[in-house]
Formats: sequence, C-alpha cells, structure tokens
Amino acid sequence: MGVETKLGNLGFVTTTLEKVVNWGRVRAMWPVLFGLACCAIEMMAAQSADYDMSRFGMELMRASPRQSDLMIVAGRLTRKMSPVLRRIYDQMPEPKYVIALGDCSSCGGIFNNYAVVPGVDEIVPVDVYIAGCPPRPEALIHGILTLYDKVENQKVKDWA
Amino acid sequence: MLEQNLEITVDELRHLVSDRALEGETMLLNMGPQHPSTHGVLRLLLELDGERIVTCVPDIGFLHTGIEKSMETKAYEKALVMTDRMDYLNNLGNNLCYCLAVEKLVDLDVPERAMAIRVLLVELQRIASHLVFLATHGLDTGAMSVFLYCFREREVILDIFEMCSGARMMTSFFRPGGLWRDVPDGFEEAVRSFVESFPKRIKMYEDLLTKNPIYTHRTQGIGAISSEEALKWGLTGPPLRATGLAWDLRKSNPYSGYERYDFEIPVGVNGDTYDRYTVRIGEMRQSLRIVEQVLDTLPGGPVRSDNRKFVPPPRSELGHSMEAVIHHFKLWTEGFPAPKGSVFVAVESPRGELGCYLEGDGGPKPYRVHFRTPSFATLQTLPMLCKDHLVADVVAIISSLDPVLGDSDR
Repeated sequence: MGVETKLGNLGFVTTTLEKVVNWGRVRAMWPVLFGLACCAIEMMAAQSADYDMSRFGMELMRASPRQSDLMIVAGRLTRKMSPVLRRIYDQMPEPKYVIALGDCSSCGGIFNNYAVVPGVDEIVPVDVYIAGCPPRPEALIHGILTLYDKVENQKVKDWA
Repeated sequence: MLEQNLEITVDELRHLVSDRALEGETMLLNMGPQHPSTHGVLRLLLELDGERIVTCVPDIGFLHTGIEKSMETKAYEKALVMTDRMDYLNNLGNNLCYCLAVEKLVDLDVPERAMAIRVLLVELQRIASHLVFLATHGLDTGAMSVFLYCFREREVILDIFEMCSGARMMTSFFRPGGLWRDVPDGFEEAVRSFVESFPKRIKMYEDLLTKNPIYTHRTQGIGAISSEEALKWGLTGPPLRATGLAWDLRKSNPYSGYERYDFEIPVGVNGDTYDRYTVRIGEMRQSLRIVEQVLDTLPGGPVRSDNRKFVPPPRSELGHSMEAVIHHFKLWTEGFPAPKGSVFVAVESPRGELGCYLEGDGGPKPYRVHFRTPSFATLQTLPMLCKDHLVADVVAIISSLDPVLGDSDR
C-alpha cells in the first residue's frame, strides 16, 4: 500500500526537484497565530470540529514565528500594531507566505480613518487575499487551498 | 513608520516598575501583543521575581480602530455597521445599545414584537459570547476538548443569526426603530431545538471543568477581588457579580422589555477566577430561560416602527406610493436629523455595562459618539489581580476577565 506500490521493485522514483520540494512545503504548512480582531474568531471556528481545518494539515497553529511558514493576518491592522506585524514577519524563516484574511487586512474594509492601515500589503507582501467581513470559515479554507495551489506551482528560479 | 525604534529603554519605564527592577534584581518580561493567551492584542509588561509577578503593566491600544470618530462621519442609520465591529463577540448587543440611544435621542417608538425579538437574539448572543469565553478559558487552563465542544454549540447559534440576517457575526440586524426585517420561517423551531438541547451541553461542560481538580487548583483563589474594590475600579458584569454583588442592568434598569421576563442573577462568593467561571455558566442557564419565555410570549405584529420620518418604507410600497419614494430617497441619501442634545444609554453586555453616549447637533450625523465599554474598565484591574501570582496564573486571570480588545480599544 501507499508509496511502495509506486516504487515497483526498482527502489527509486523519477521526478523533478521542484515537485518534491513543493510537495513537502504544501504538506507541512504551519501558520503563525496572528489573530487581531473579529476574523480571528472565524479562524478559531475554522479550527473547530464543524469545519476542521486539520483535514488540510493545518491543525498546528504555532505561537512562535520561528516555527512557522505562513502568516494569516486575521483582522484589522492598526498603525500601532503594524511595526509588530513587520517584526513577526521578519522573524519567520524562508520560505514564508502571507494570507490577508478579511476585508480590513486586504484593503482596510469599512474603516477609512487615521487608525487603520488600508491593507496589510503596505507592510508585508501578501500572497492570498480573502474577502468577507468576516469571511466564513469555508472561505478561509478555500484561501488556504488557493495558497497550496500557488506553492505547488512554484518554479526553482522563484525560490527565495 | 517602520523605522520606529521598538526597543523601550528601562529609563522610560522607571515610573512603572519597582526600584528592584532598575537594580536588576527582578526581571522585566514582555508578554504580547502577539500572544495566544492575551485574547487579541493586549500587551503586558511583567516584572518578575522568579515566577512571581511584582508588577503588571497593561498596554492597550493595539486595536484602536477609530470607530467613534468614523461614526461621526456617517448618518445615524449608517453608523450602525461600525458598532458590530466594536465588541466582536457581542455584535447584536452593541447594535442594541446604539439603537436604544438613537431611539432615545429622536424619541422613536419600537413595536412590541421587535423588542421581544431583540431580547431573544441578544440573549442568544450572550450565550455565544460566554461559549467563546469558556472555549478560550479552557484552552488557557489546559482543557482542549472544552474548546471543541463550545465551538460546536456556538455554530448552532451562528446558524440562527445567519438565518435571520444573512451574516454569521456582523449581522447589523437591529436598526433604529425596530429590526431590519422579520425573522424567517423556521426560526422558532431552530431556537426551540437549541433551547431543548443546550441544557445537556452545559452539564457536559460542567462535568469537564467544575469539579476537575486540575482546573480548580488553577482557578480557586486566583485573582480574587472584593466587592468594594470591584466597585471602586468600575468593574461590571460577571467579574463584579462573582464578588457576590447582584448588580445587573437588566434587573436594576430594565430596557427593551426585560422587566417582563423572569430570571435570576447568578452571583459568586470570592470574586476569584473560579467564581467568574461559575457565574458565566449560571448566566448561560438564565439566558436560556429568558429565550424560552420570549418564545412562549412572542407577540405578533410589525417589527419596524411606521414613523416614516425615521424608518425607511418597505420596498413593496415604493412601486405605488410617491410619498414612500421620497421618504426612501431622503433617508438613504441624507438620513434623518436628530435634535440638539445628548443621551446616554447603558445595556448589560456579556462583559458588563456597555454604555453609549450620543450627542446630536440638529443634523443627520452624530456630533459625538462615545462608548463606555466594559473591557476597558475590566482591564485596569489586571495589575491588582495579577499581583503576587505566578506567570501561569496571569493567563487564567486574563481569560476569566474575558476582555475583548476591540471592545476596550475600539
């Protein structure tokens, strides 16, 4: 069963380095906990039994940026918080990806004032934007699968 | 902005910590703002003597969104959507507080049915909020399964909200003068089936925690506060009731028809972390009682006031009434003017006393909006509650106060 049936009796497989590395990255994606506001509650709901994000290998939310390769920015980012966001992003090891969860972190959402950063892409590069205020847990899961898709199709020349 | 120096020198903190910290005898430790147990973006500066807390300095404002200022640039009815995002575990409660304030300012009547449905939904919201408290409190004290159970039941409540308004969290369902629309078919059955199944669930949570020695050792006698102190610090809600004082705005100052329903105020004895937990468990049971009574006595009739100067006409009238079109146009382009004057309305949110101060200047936009939020008052007691406890207890104390940073910073 499993990998043995693919091997035949040769003991090796032929594939590209890209495929193997990208396969590995997708199957061990650990997000850093970065709950800021309302969307963090939906992120918790996505972890709960009803939506069960661990089906996609995502049950490990790390509190430490050093152990994670995905940052889900969940909620509105304020001016006071933005240096913290950047510092945590800088602490993450390469390769690293960012998901902007919700309208506020994608573009500022309904807030257009002195306090809210209009989109976290002013502070860190964002890979996937998820719309909604707050997005449903299904939307978060869809966003993560979209990111998986993106990572699986990465080319060697683009590797950081 | 990014070039800001994040390091804070000891000199800047001299007035906050004891002299021993300056001599290097005690350790200064930063906790948060990105920390899984600070419930959002609360930052604490802890001065530690070994594992014991000498001083705890909360640093808030990481989620200051400028909601009050933004509301001043919007017409009364449109500013409502901002209140949803304030205390994001009590969206409908914030809506209610703001709507009551607007209704008081412009002297608007609310139909009986709307009042009853408001009470029902706000009580369901209270249960949902306490479920999130229980889930995160369980996680912080080391009980993962409570989290999974609580979120399962919370989904049932969110489904009911979605049924009514189309949104799970940011419902904006209450509008000045009533509700956005009547509740749909199947609403009563959905609520009834929740009311029937939920008491068993509460018992299950209690089985997991109430007499569990691992849990009681971490909570009993931790972070205690007396009634007098709690009143002095402006504590309200479950943290105040845990000290033994039965103060609840729903009883002492009823709004939206709470005087019609029969319920008790659960109180604690010692005012510690454990009592705050038991009070919230009791409140979930009482909320369920209120929901049941509202369902049994739900009156019929309209759910929006027919005062067309403040409440838009239903869409069906727009086709054949010129007057309705004019009202619709006026209300959605300009909004309704409110008289000069100020009002203050307070409601009992799951976290305590939520007040809304509203000042009108005769125009369609509020001149000043201010919210008296319970989390803000609660967080200021943190240094006192944490003193002389262990670092691990800080986590339990924060989660037992159940602060929502969107509520305190807004």
